[in-house]
Amino acid sequence: MAIIERPAPTASVSLRAPVTPAQSMGIVRRPVTSTGWKSWVFTVDHKKIGIMYGVFAMFFFIVGGVEALLIRLQLATPDGKILSADLYNQMFTMHATTMIFLFAMPMAAAFANYFLPLQLGARDVAFPRLNALGLWLLVAGGLILNASWFLGGAADGGWFMYSPNSGPVFSPSNGVDFWTLGVQIAGFGSLIGSINLIVTILNMRAPGMTLMKMPVFCWMILVVQFLLVFSLPVITVALVLLTFQRSFGATFFDVAQGADPLLWQHLFWIFGHPEVYVLILPAFGIISEVLPTFSRKPLFGYPFVVFSGASIGLVGFGVWSHHMFATGLGPISVAAFSIATMAIAIPTGVKIFNWTLTMWGGKIWYSTAMKFAIGLIVLFTIGGLSGVTHAVAPSDTQQTDTYYIVAHFHYVLFGGMVFGLFSGFYYWWPKVFGKMLNEKLGGWNFWLMVIGMNMTFGPMHILGLQGQPRRMYVWTEARAGEGFFNFGFWNRVASFGSLILAIGVLLFLINVVHTTRKGKPAPLDPWDARTLEWITTSPPKEHNFDRIPVVHHLDDFFHRKYQEDATTGAMVQIATGEQLVRDEEANADAHIHLPSPSYWPIAIAIGVGTLGMGVVYGVPIMIVGVLIILGSSFGFVLEPSVADDIDYDPPMSGGQETKELAPLG
Amino acid sequence: MTHRCLVAKKRKSWHPLDDVAVLTSHDTGHDTGNGHSTSTGLSNNKMAMWLFLGSECLLFGGLISTYMLYRGRITQGPRPSQIFDIPFTSVSSFVLLMSSLTMVLAVTSAQRKDNERTKLWLTITALLGATFVGGQVYEFTAFYNEGLGFTTNLFSSSFYTLTGFHGVHVTVGVIMLLSLRGIISANKDTGDRAEVVELIGLYWHFVDIVWIIIFTLVYLIPA
Repeated sequence: MAIIERPAPTASVSLRAPVTPAQSMGIVRRPVTSTGWKSWVFTVDHKKIGIMYGVFAMFFFIVGGVEALLIRLQLATPDGKILSADLYNQMFTMHATTMIFLFAMPMAAAFANYFLPLQLGARDVAFPRLNALGLWLLVAGGLILNASWFLGGAADGGWFMYSPNSGPVFSPSNGVDFWTLGVQIAGFGSLIGSINLIVTILNMRAPGMTLMKMPVFCWMILVVQFLLVFSLPVITVALVLLTFQRSFGATFFDVAQGADPLLWQHLFWIFGHPEVYVLILPAFGIISEVLPTFSRKPLFGYPFVVFSGASIGLVGFGVWSHHMFATGLGPISVAAFSIATMAIAIPTGVKIFNWTLTMWGGKIWYSTAMKFAIGLIVLFTIGGLSGVTHAVAPSDTQQTDTYYIVAHFHYVLFGGMVFGLFSGFYYWWPKVFGKMLNEKLGGWNFWLMVIGMNMTFGPMHILGLQGQPRRMYVWTEARAGEGFFNFGFWNRVASFGSLILAIGVLLFLINVVHTTRKGKPAPLDPWDARTLEWITTSPPKEHNFDRIPVVHHLDDFFHRKYQEDATTGAMVQIATGEQLVRDEEANADAHIHLPSPSYWPIAIAIGVGTLGMGVVYGVPIMIVGVLIILGSSFGFVLEPSVADDIDYDPPMSGGQETKELAPLG
Repeated sequence: MTHRCLVAKKRKSWHPLDDVAVLTSHDTGHDTGNGHSTSTGLSNNKMAMWLFLGSECLLFGGLISTYMLYRGRITQGPRPSQIFDIPFTSVSSFVLLMSSLTMVLAVTSAQRKDNERTKLWLTITALLGATFVGGQVYEFTAFYNEGLGFTTNLFSSSFYTLTGFHGVHVTVGVIMLLSLRGIISANKDTGDRAEVVELIGLYWHFVDIVWIIIFTLVYLIPA
C-alpha cells in the first residue's frame, strides 16, 4: 500500500504534514489535494470511499424504487396502460438488478468500508488504492448497466437472465449486452473489494483483538467477503459465456446445437444463492451491534452468532439448486438440495433466538435504530418461514414463478436487509456525519415503512398461492376471481402499500436533509455504545485513532467505560465515552502516516469501462480500453509508495531509514 | 535482526501492530516482508495473492465444467481426435512446466538478493511462457484451418474459451515477468523485491498447475 512515512522534526503532533506532489512515472504528479472534488475522486481514504459507496447506493435505491413504483402502478388497475409489455419486462429486470447490484451490495460495502477499520482499530484498509479501484469499477458497471435505457432499451430477461431467452435470437436489443458487461465490471470491483476486506480483517486488527474479540459486524462482513471471493468467479464464467455468444457468435446456449439451458442456471445460482447471504449477512451484522447497545446487555451467545453466521456461509454454497426444483433435476438432487435448504434454516434460527434473548431482560431503549432492528427480526422471520416452504420441493414446485416467491424474497430482502441497513443509518449517522438524525421523523419513517412493506408484500402471498405469475404485466377484471381471493383487490392493496412505503423512504430522505441543515451536533457517544469506532471523534479524524487502541475484551469500548463492582457484581460506570475520547486525544501518537491519494484507480476503472463499451461498439474501442488499462496499471505499480525526501514540505534529508517499506497494492 | 526492525522499534507507525505495549508471541517484531507485522504474521500481499488464486480456481472450475459438459457435443466440424496433435502439445506443455522451474530459480535468486540472476531467470521464464503461447497460437491457427472455428459447435466454443482463457493468463504472466525485469533493471520497484518476485511466482505456478489439469482433461482423456 502506498504509505508516506515522515519523521516529524520535533516531538510536536503534526497530524497533517503538508506533502507536495511526488513524481509518478516521471509524468504525472501525485494528487495531494485535501479539499474540493479532487479530494474525493482520487482519495484512498476508506471513510470517503465508504461515503461515496453510500451515496451511489442511495441514488440507485431511489432509481430502483421508482422502477418498483412504476411496476406497482401498472398493476394497480386492470389492463394497466402505464407500461407496455416490453417496457414492463425491462422495468422488473432493471428493478431487481439495480436493487441487488447497485443498491444492496454497494450499501453493504459502504458500511463495511467505513466501519471495518474503525471497529478493528486500524487506520485504513490493507490496500487503500485497491479499495478505490473497487468503488470506481462499481461506478463504471452501474453507468454501463443504466446507459442501456438510453441506448436502445434495457435488459428484459429478469435478473437471472435465463438462457436461451437471453440469447441474440430472443433478446435482439443491446440491453442484455449492457447488462452482462455492467454486472461483470461491478463484479470485478466487488471481487477486488472482497480480497481487500478479508486481508484487512485478518491482518489489520488492533493489538489484542483476537478473532473472538472482534465485533459481530466484522465477522459477518468476513463471511460475506469469502462468499464473494468464491462465488463471483462463477458468475463471471456465466457472463463471459453469454457475452461470447452474443458478441462473438459462440454456441454455448444455442439449443439447436445441442446446448443445455441448465448450464446457465447452475452457473448463475452457484453464484446467486451465496449472493442471497451476501445481501443479508451485513444486515445481520449491523443489528448484532445495534441490539446489544440498545438493550444495554452484551450480545447473547456471541460465539453462537459468529459460528451460525459462518455456517450459513458454508451451507449457502450447497443449496443453489433449490432455485431449480421445477426443472426436473431428478429425485436424488431434489432431495439433497431440499434437505440442505432446510438445514440452513437452523443457523438462521439460532441467530433469531440469540437476538431475542439479547433483548430479554434488557433495559430496552426504543430508538429508531432499535425499532428497525426489531423490525428486521420480525419481518425476516416471516420471510424465513416462507423460505422454508420453498425448501419443501413439492410445495416449491407449486409456487415456482408465482407472486409467492416475490413475497418471500421481499420479506427477507426488504424486511430483512433494508431494515438492517436503515437500522445502521440511524445508529451510525452521528458517527459518520456528527449529527443526530431526527428521532421523531425516524419514528414516522419506521412505522410507514413497516405498514407499507406489509401492505405491499403481504398480499403477494395470497396472490401467489392463487397462482398469479410473477412477471404478468396486466391482469383483467374478468379473470380476477371472486371474494376474498380476488386478484384485483389484493393487487390494489399492494399498489397502495407501495405508495406508503415510498412515503416512508421519502421521510428518511427528508430527515437527512433536515438533519444536515438544522441537526444538532451529536454527542461523542450518543448511544452509550460498545465497540471501538466510538473511541474517536464524530466524524472520525482522517487517521481514525489518535492512539491505536489495545484491546482486552470483546466490546472493548464498553469495558473501558464500565467495570464490575467487586461486591455487588453490577457494572459500574467508571468513565464516559467523552472522557475516553479526550484521553485518547491527549495521548496521541506523534507520527501518523496515511496512504496518499492516487490517480490510477479511477484511470483503470475508466479503461475497464471503455473496454466494456468496446464489446458492444466494436474492436477499436476495446483496444483503446485495453491500452488505458495497461498504461494505468503500470502507473499503479510504479507509483512511488515511498515518497522521496524532496516530496515533503519542507524537504527533509537523511530520513531514509525511517520510512515504511511499502509493498504492492 | 535487520536494521529495519530496529527502526520499527524506535518510531511510531500508522500500523496498529508496531509500537505496541502488548506484544503477543507471534508479533515480537519479526519481519513479514513488508517491514511490519500483521495480526496473522502473514504478509498482506501474499494473503491477497492466495485469495485471488482461490478465486481463480473457481473461474477455471466453471470453464472446465462447461468444457466437460460440452466436449462430446459435436454436430458439425472435425472431431478432436482428428485434429489434436498430442506430441506437439506435449512439447509445449513441457516447455510451460519447465518455466515453473526457472521461476523457482528466479525466486531463490531474488531471495539471495542476486539481481543479475533474478533478471536472467525472469527473462528465461518469460521466454518459455511466450514459447507456450506461441505454440498455442500456432495450434489454434492449425485447428481453424482444419475447419474448427470458434462458432462451429459447442465443443469448439468451449475448447477455445477454456484454452484461450488459460492462454490469456499466461500472456498476462509474461507481461508481468518482463515488466518486473524492466522495473528491477531501472531500480523502480516499490516494496520488498523478493516478495514481489515470489508473488508473481505464485501466479505463474498456479497457471502451470491449471494447465496440467486442462491438458489432461482436454487432450489426454478421449471424449
